[in-house]
Amino acid sequence: MTLMTKFLGATAALAMTAGAALADPAIIFDLGGKFDKSFNEAAFNGAQRWADETGGTFAEVELQSDAQREQALRRFAEAGNNPIVMTGFSFATALADVAPDYPDTKFAIIDMVVDGPNVRSVVFNENEGSYLVGMLAAMASKTGTVGFIGGMDIPLIRKFGCGYAEGALAVNPDAKIIANMTGTTPTAWNDPVKGSELTQAQIAQGADVVYAAAGGTGVGVLQTAADAGILSIGVDSNQNYMHPGQVLTSMMKRVDNAVYDAFSAGVDMETGFFAMGVANGGVGYALDDNNASLITPEMKAAVDEAAAKIASGELVVHDYMSDETCSAVQF
Amino acid sequence: MDYLTLLQVLDSTLRMSTPLLLACLAGLFSERAGIFDIGLEGKMLVAAFLSGAVAFVSGSVWIGLLAGIGGSLAMSGIHGLASITFRGNQLISGVAINFLAAGLTVLAAQSWFAQGGRTPSLTGAARFNAIELPFATALKDVPVIGPLYYELISGHTILVYVALAVVPLSWWVLFRTRFGLRLRAVGENPAAVDTAGISVVRLRFTAVAICGVLTGIAGAYMATGLQAGFIKDMTAGRGYIALAALIFAKWRPWHALTACLLFGFLQALALRPDVIESTLHIKVQVQLLDALPYILTVIILAGFVGRAIPPRAGGEPYVKER
Repeated sequence: MTLMTKFLGATAALAMTAGAALADPAIIFDLGGKFDKSFNEAAFNGAQRWADETGGTFAEVELQSDAQREQALRRFAEAGNNPIVMTGFSFATALADVAPDYPDTKFAIIDMVVDGPNVRSVVFNENEGSYLVGMLAAMASKTGTVGFIGGMDIPLIRKFGCGYAEGALAVNPDAKIIANMTGTTPTAWNDPVKGSELTQAQIAQGADVVYAAAGGTGVGVLQTAADAGILSIGVDSNQNYMHPGQVLTSMMKRVDNAVYDAFSAGVDMETGFFAMGVANGGVGYALDDNNASLITPEMKAAVDEAAAKIASGELVVHDYMSDETCSAVQF
Repeated sequence: MDYLTLLQVLDSTLRMSTPLLLACLAGLFSERAGIFDIGLEGKMLVAAFLSGAVAFVSGSVWIGLLAGIGGSLAMSGIHGLASITFRGNQLISGVAINFLAAGLTVLAAQSWFAQGGRTPSLTGAARFNAIELPFATALKDVPVIGPLYYELISGHTILVYVALAVVPLSWWVLFRTRFGLRLRAVGENPAAVDTAGISVVRLRFTAVAICGVLTGIAGAYMATGLQAGFIKDMTAGRGYIALAALIFAKWRPWHALTACLLFGFLQALALRPDVIESTLHIKVQVQLLDALPYILTVIILAGFVGRAIPPRAGGEPYVKER
């Protein structure tokens, strides 16, 4: 019996040291799920790229409900995973509770800022990426009118819209920018019907390029734009494939890069506040076979030049969230 | 506001009103028979998903429509079973259906198509395309009437015309047929109907089934008519606005048409802040327009504009005297 206990104790000790020494990184996907064709899938691709390149392994979990956030964080921390990356601002509260309990574990949260000595907060300069696609929109537009359709009316989405309007005005100072928000409640993220109607309303006002920063609502925007024969611009991940030849480009948030960087740094990951902008490949515009015919070499040259200026700091795109004002467009 | 802009707004009104109207009439049948139904939202969602998914798989929008109606009928069956057969609370059963639909549709869509809870985009015969009414192009250049006919009346999907046709049909069925009289009676005084030797349970199940068919068409219209596929939670609260319209209409078919067109018009107007500003010369907050349907319903309910009296036996399970 005592022998048995000793054996069990030894096995347990071994298992614990093994777990601690392992220190595999871990990633927690938000409710949308790993294969959501957008945010979470981009995060997964980043993690997978790291695994393919280094031959390492990582732990992962897809959340099924809000209640599991803290539980998932604690389980990975207890198991010795380090660093632990989570996708989405919804983790803020859970992380703020959990992080102080595991001072030796590094956490990375994407799209949100959480204070803590062991937390890396990664946010994206969506205004810079939107500026670039705004330039493309104004260059592609024949009517001189471009549209913006936001999801829920929150400062983050206005940040997209403001950068977009600035970019459009930079190319064509006389450009008319029509900005609409889908709604003020979370249903605004999943209301493609209203997205369609907004698109038609903007077309009626002369818009011939429409940028959707509206989650699921954007699917309706892209669909209606394709049906009506005008151009649209996707968001977050590369949505050019949805209507080949009819989506001008997509404003990409390189969530994959953020995850890849965190995983590559491993336990030595720097903590603190990190902004992913044009300068470090955090945001950009999508160019692939589906939209190659829509982007002329002149357009590409102009946008790449602007991107270089933003990267060097010569050109500063206004961030709506810094002072809650926007001179380029009225919401 | 010029004439063409007005027509565009009204055109949008018609598209926005159609799902509301179908759901509102669905609720009308159910509630007139004494079964409150706050599960309209969930039924529409199930129908939207199944019509989108089946239309994609089969390539035919009509099979999709049937599947959508079938799914919505199944949800109606659950509601009927819970609230008629087992005499459960109708509100709780309705809420349960809404939750069930919200979860089930995304889960099924994810496991079938793995596209983040939506169905693949529909093309060609897998979606309802706009139909051009006869002579629409020929009459286009006739002043006043031409644009009205071409822009507003012609060029919608067939389900829009179906929805409009259901209004007089509902009125006729409810107020001019024996079945309609019995259906209304079962919502006012089921005991009297039972005394006359008519089955209360069967009448109520029939009403709930009609409700299922109409919400099925509403959901299919959203996924295959207005859109080209299902997206999670795409009904976005229209089932609740339809309920508000039902109260606003005081449970009458023609009033339901007026209420839904009014609510649709407010929604369409909210899409065009520029039009409001140029017409009224003041800036009206879009949020106010979005909230107006609810504000109007509260005003009606508070009794400022006539009283809205629901069917008397509504919400009460019928228990036969022993």
